[in-house]
Amino acid sequence: MQTLSLDYPAGAPAARRALAGVVGSGDLEVLLEPGADGRSTVEINTSVDGVNEIWTAVVDRIFADAAQPAVALEINDFGATPAVVRLRIAQAMEQAAGADTGAH
Amino acid sequence: MDTATLIARESFVERGARERVAGLLDAGTMRELLDPFERLRSPWLAEQDIVTQADDGVVIARGAIAGTAVVCCAVEPAFQGGAIGEVGGAKIAGALELALEDAEAGRPVVPVLLLETGGVRLQEANCGLAAIAEIHAAIAALRAHVPVVGVVAGPVGCFGGMSIAAGLCSQLIATREARLGLNGPQVIEQEAGVDEFDSRDRPMIWSLTGGEQRRATGLVDTLCADDAQAIAAEVAAAVAAGPEDPARVADVDAALARLARIDGDRRAEADWVRDAFQTPTDDRSDA
Repeated sequence: MQTLSLDYPAGAPAARRALAGVVGSGDLEVLLEPGADGRSTVEINTSVDGVNEIWTAVVDRIFADAAQPAVALEINDFGATPAVVRLRIAQAMEQAAGADTGAH
Repeated sequence: MDTATLIARESFVERGARERVAGLLDAGTMRELLDPFERLRSPWLAEQDIVTQADDGVVIARGAIAGTAVVCCAVEPAFQGGAIGEVGGAKIAGALELALEDAEAGRPVVPVLLLETGGVRLQEANCGLAAIAEIHAAIAALRAHVPVVGVVAGPVGCFGGMSIAAGLCSQLIATREARLGLNGPQVIEQEAGVDEFDSRDRPMIWSLTGGEQRRATGLVDTLCADDAQAIAAEVAAAVAAGPEDPARVADVDAALARLARIDGDRRAEADWVRDAFQTPTDDRSDA
């Protein structure tokens, strides 16, 4: 297991918390809570060792827009591919923005 | 079933634990207890370098089903195969013990258990087993006050100590895809040999431990399709049915009579096991 902490500039805190995914094979769990004003943080716990560069590249892209709401993300990963990572984070962001998809 | 019905049907099994619970409860009544943001996670998995889930794979929620107060305990099958650790097990045991306190105080709350589990989480060994023993005791005590409703829906099935919890329920609902057994196929093969039980023979495994066979042998009360609406309707009927009197598992004589009719030297096959499990009353009516 490896852990990784990242942070990014952001806008105002997100409106509400949100949850997406499960810690199952090829999937991950995203816990999203409103972040401190102007700053998003991402804490990653992953079952796969040696892929911190890939994680950093994927998450850097997602948080490239500094105008996004500030969030504090906790990610518990069980071997999700970058595509699944993007989808799950997007799902949590959407829920936090108010568009409740009903899915977890 | 025609194609349109099949396409319109919503699977229960494909839902995660939280969605399953949400689908059973009356709209707007779901209130999750110890939700993932409480971060009540396993202290043991991290020490063994295993990623934890924030709710330890167990969802507890209060709510109502057709107006009756219920507490749902749902195991998330995707996380560690639904295995029960110290925290997840304690969440279920605690929810059941609170339901018992409520029932004894004249405020009945019906427990609904969505069991999708390989049994105790081996990494947590005795801590998980202790929680499972508490779950058994709570179900046995609750049964006098309220129906305890169990559902085993998906292919993970329900095994180990949690299969005993399923057996203790007053009403157990299963699908054809579900399996119920004390030991899983590989454990039986390892202990008894491949001649006794071939863990690669899937049709044989389902013929003996699948939902259909468990219904035929009386260990499951209701067989239901993997249809979220149909399962919700069966759960609602079981919740409304009231406490089971007398409890099925209290009939020790019937269970012993069944055991006496099982020939341990004979390899288990679905047909004769069904015959052996018929109750003595059924035998008399056949004669």
